[in-house]
Amino acid sequence: MKKIALILILGMLTFSCTEDNDDKLGSNNINVTPTFTFTQNWDDTAISPSDIENTQYTNANGEVLTITRLRYLLSHFELLDENGNTTPLQGYQLIDLSDAETYNFIPTSAVTPGNYTLKFVYGFNEADNIDGAYTDLNSASWNWPEMLGGGYHFLQFDGQYNVNTTTPMPFNYHNGMAMVSEDNFEQNFVAFEFPTEIPISETTTIEIQFNLAELFKNPNLWDLNTYNTSLMPNYEAQKMMQENIASAFTLGEITQ
Amino acid sequence: MKNRWYIHIIIIFLLSSCSSSSSDNDYVPTQNTPTPSPLDIPQVFEDNIIAPIIPTDNPQTVEGVALGKKLFFDPILSVDFTQACASCHLPQNAFTDSNTFSTGVNGDLGIRNSMPLFNLAWNYDENFFWDGRAFRLEHQALQPVTDPTEMANTWSEVVTRLNNHEEYPDLFKAAFGNQNITKELTTKAIAQFERTLISANSKFDQYLLGQATLTTQEQNGLNIFMDEDRGDCFHCHGNPNNPLWTDNAFHNNGLDTTFSDNGLGQITGDPADNGKFKSPSLRNLAYTAPYMHDGRFSTLDEVINHYSEGLQDSPTIDPLMKKVDQGGVQLSNQDKADLKAFLLTLSDPSFINNPNFSNQ
Repeated sequence: MKKIALILILGMLTFSCTEDNDDKLGSNNINVTPTFTFTQNWDDTAISPSDIENTQYTNANGEVLTITRLRYLLSHFELLDENGNTTPLQGYQLIDLSDAETYNFIPTSAVTPGNYTLKFVYGFNEADNIDGAYTDLNSASWNWPEMLGGGYHFLQFDGQYNVNTTTPMPFNYHNGMAMVSEDNFEQNFVAFEFPTEIPISETTTIEIQFNLAELFKNPNLWDLNTYNTSLMPNYEAQKMMQENIASAFTLGEITQ
Repeated sequence: MKNRWYIHIIIIFLLSSCSSSSSDNDYVPTQNTPTPSPLDIPQVFEDNIIAPIIPTDNPQTVEGVALGKKLFFDPILSVDFTQACASCHLPQNAFTDSNTFSTGVNGDLGIRNSMPLFNLAWNYDENFFWDGRAFRLEHQALQPVTDPTEMANTWSEVVTRLNNHEEYPDLFKAAFGNQNITKELTTKAIAQFERTLISANSKFDQYLLGQATLTTQEQNGLNIFMDEDRGDCFHCHGNPNNPLWTDNAFHNNGLDTTFSDNGLGQITGDPADNGKFKSPSLRNLAYTAPYMHDGRFSTLDEVINHYSEGLQDSPTIDPLMKKVDQGGVQLSNQDKADLKAFLLTLSDPSFINNPNFSNQ
């Protein structure tokens, strides 16, 4: 009996030493976490880091441009089950085109295996967009100026346009909180919800596609000769960006 | 009953094996075991930015830092015993010097301005030098010793000198145990000392902590710094939530139309990187003139004028250098004065006067 008791105690103590990996074991009753992978394209042509400052793209208004820098923030991922119950997945992701390590996101929470639809927020919603609250985003200088409502950038897209002429010009397509007037700000995030049912299992990967060409055409035809730099304090530009971004993100491949 | 004692011992053993990183608190120094000395992280960094980078193979220790400090100030590293790291990285200049280019032991000038040294553990990408050619601080420190325009020595000579020195063998043993003195251990010690060079006590830091008030002019200057229509400094040089005041990234900031020094492009071989240099921190500008990678500007006024109306276009200019066709953002004289007043609030007199960082 003494030996059995000893073995039991040792067993308990040994298990108590391990990390809480239970939710990754994958049995039907155990929670699982999908992986998200983020890809960028220009009307279905994939964009990779090697395209930075190399590849020329023509936007809907006919300007030829190159990409110098592209970073964007996605947050508040939620899975809705067939009964309409929602499970928020903790975490957010700052994706940097120049850094492939940022292309994948594994939330810190999990769901039971099953069929779900997906929601997420481009940028931060009002509750999450707290000025200075995220040390990793502060360290990446991702902040949005307090005078413009504070919080964080949602998108930073820098490049040159008219690169097919002798006088290329810079553009800074930066999006975040919109300033209506001094000390009067308007939320500017976009909530995405996709109707496609996604079977989520232990090894599910969900691709989120970002089509940069959409930023310049739908519903607002974007003229870079008019809207190029100093757009952050420009209310009209900020709201047109928000409208165009609404068609820029789509659900891509689901792999199991 | 008499056999129960061993169960208790096993249980205690197992419980103690469960703890992971609490051993620092229980640390008892023994002979040849260096004493852990974690960085003292300032409140403004703790509140706002992520933890510093400390390599797992080179933890901060009392003995390692002390050895690194001695090496930093010791001309034993240079071929003719005339120059130390501190010869071009002086405490009173926030660990740079006041020259456009520094003169090496052979009388040669370098091609870049000496970089100031502080908050190096918060360089998250760990790319060092103006052109980012060294990855990790430990590797950075290898280069000046053998650079013919700096110390012009060889590492084998340095290691021989350190082995034959009356103090260094014991100091290395205290810092690293019974390992042979190598160039790697030498730069590990120097890197440990350099990581202690923390600057976070400027007037603006005190303002962030609620311990100081900005003047109207300084507040105006901050607004210009954060205004995309005027200064737009914050995209590369931090903000009140990122008090490093640099992104530690590489940009072409419109200094020239063609480049005599390709900077990052020389390292990556990518022409798209030509003319890009690391953004320096705006901390301690009061002590770090002249400015830019080639020390071309001797005053802050010249720097501000450059961004306001002196920008030069080139194929790799950063798109954040807006209005380049007009030479820049065209700040008014009042804006320039206000911006300068704000920038000077980022200087930290307690850093340059810290006795822990001087050669004593």
